[in-house]
Amino acid sequence: METLVALDLATTPLREVNTALHAQGLTGDYVIAHPDGAHNIAVGLNAPIRVTIAGHVGYYAAGMNQHAHVTIDGNAGTGVAENMMSGTVWVRGSASQSAGATAHGGLLVIEGKAAARCGISMKGVDIVVGGDVGHMSAFMAQAGRLVVRGNAGEALGDSIYEARIYVRGDVASLGADCIAKEMRPEHHVELQSLLAAAGFDDDTAEYTRYGSARSLYHFHVDNATAY
Amino acid sequence: MGHLRESATFNRSVIAEIQRAADTGIYDIRGWGAKRPLPHFDDLLFLGASMSRYPLEGYRERCDTDVVLGDRSAKYPLHLDIPITIAGMSFGALSGPAKEALGRGASEVGTSTTTGDGGMTPEERTQSKFLVYQYLPSRYGMNPDDLRKADAIEVVLGQGAKPGGGGMLLGQKISPRVAAMRTLPEGIDQRSACRHPDWTGPDDLTIKINELREITDWEKPIYVKVGATRTYYDVKLAVHAGADVVVVDGMQGGTAATQEVFIEHVGVPTLAAVPQAVQALQELGVHRKVQLIVSGGIRNGADVAKALALGADAVAIGTAALIALGDNHPRYSAEYEKLGSAAGFFDDFQDGTDPAGISTQDPQLASRFDPVEGGRRLANYLRVLTMEAQTIARACGKSHVCHLEPEDLVAVTIEAAAMARVPLAGTDWIPGQR
Repeated sequence: METLVALDLATTPLREVNTALHAQGLTGDYVIAHPDGAHNIAVGLNAPIRVTIAGHVGYYAAGMNQHAHVTIDGNAGTGVAENMMSGTVWVRGSASQSAGATAHGGLLVIEGKAAARCGISMKGVDIVVGGDVGHMSAFMAQAGRLVVRGNAGEALGDSIYEARIYVRGDVASLGADCIAKEMRPEHHVELQSLLAAAGFDDDTAEYTRYGSARSLYHFHVDNATAY
Repeated sequence: MGHLRESATFNRSVIAEIQRAADTGIYDIRGWGAKRPLPHFDDLLFLGASMSRYPLEGYRERCDTDVVLGDRSAKYPLHLDIPITIAGMSFGALSGPAKEALGRGASEVGTSTTTGDGGMTPEERTQSKFLVYQYLPSRYGMNPDDLRKADAIEVVLGQGAKPGGGGMLLGQKISPRVAAMRTLPEGIDQRSACRHPDWTGPDDLTIKINELREITDWEKPIYVKVGATRTYYDVKLAVHAGADVVVVDGMQGGTAATQEVFIEHVGVPTLAAVPQAVQALQELGVHRKVQLIVSGGIRNGADVAKALALGADAVAIGTAALIALGDNHPRYSAEYEKLGSAAGFFDDFQDGTDPAGISTQDPQLASRFDPVEGGRRLANYLRVLTMEAQTIARACGKSHVCHLEPEDLVAVTIEAAAMARVPLAGTDWIPGQR
């Protein structure tokens, strides 16, 4: 049985907390108390540990995560799990803008809503959002999957590359080169699996898939208005 | 033909561009930096020592060249042997062997090289004693493992060739390896963002820099690079945000692919930017504590010495480094001509057809380039730059190249005097100051 290690940001400087979590060969469970909206908590983790942050966090919580399973028992500020490579980041509340920005892998679950630019420039991460996402979500999204159980704001998937987006609710508007696509059987399977990983069992028939029309992949005079 | 009069406004080059635009309906994209004439370091001269100052003996007395970068808050600052670094250039824009050669040449003379908008390759990491890892808006290939392998981290806000613009790499150069490193489909025209995806403004940058420090346990110097525009304010904000080193890239700074209109019409000359950056650092009380690296049109040891005299701690070279490797070499004259260019003029780095095998991803072209030979040529060139700068510094009585100061300089044009804030030669007049 792994012991649970308690770290308290009320009494320990952030730098010491993060350094402790960077120790070689780390295993086990960790709880970070009194985050109180601090920025850069649990960034750069690189071990299969479980970390629970007991409260709200500021910018870039769990940034560049590798292997770790981080739970944020509150809301997250800008750029939660930015550039995550692997592991899981789970936000019990809602997330501010640029959640999962540029993330290459792993799973980001936001039980509440996500603000603007959720999944911006995502490069392989899977993101499941329990509620709505704000405008410009999945902007220039390159790879990975974004699942939105609520509605999506304006310009969803603008200039999208090869990422796939699933939205259950309404989409205020689609961005340049982003189009609705057919839900083929493999997409239902993929979506069901993503929802299950995030603890949901929605009817996948309620969802629409969005992706790239691939018309902006080459500079061309006919696309001038879209650049 | 003597009766024909060419319009100064609509000259042949302008007419050709209008015709090209009408033919294609898309803007012209090219590499290199600004080609227009601009006030530059050539417009400054050194006041060698005579009676009122005494020089150092050219071949006997020491004139040091080393520089420490990033000692404000990093555990491991960079201690370089020479104040001339290699600027960021991407794998993608350049071939793998070309990147390797940059690392080899820089390492041979004890200086740093820099990644680019495409991630870190094993070739350049292995061959680079000091490698600066760029953190760009696209975040192509960005990952914490490479971040930990880097010797310094450079947060790129912009570059001199295109301040305010994002990256661009045309499909010809998106080879399978480049595509995989950037997580993009092969062969597409890649557009990359001009703003960082998860922060805007200096307050956010403060938090971002702290994040990078936390991830790397405060070991590595953090640079902030800006394209020269509102340099005074940008440098102040970069320092406030926590930069250990500020990199200012003037509009002569090169690019692998950008709109011609952008290269020639956005940004300010390097000469104008340096005094603004130095003023900002001085007013904050951090000149020489937060180091300043200047790039954009550095070609010889005189340019190096002039940048240092104006207050830079080091310079960076990009275009000149590529030329040293073999870019635009006359041995490829016939091939440049087949491409509609000529040795000395070739700037179509975006096309991937570089006969010298440098700005290409074509395996056959890339195989023409020998990274060992290229590295040796670059090291030679860096040694010449260093010796030239030392020659000037000794003549001005300085035992370290970084002891050169504005007082050692005069300008030969009013424009240069105003921009560099040094007197017009033979006068005590600095336009705009008195």
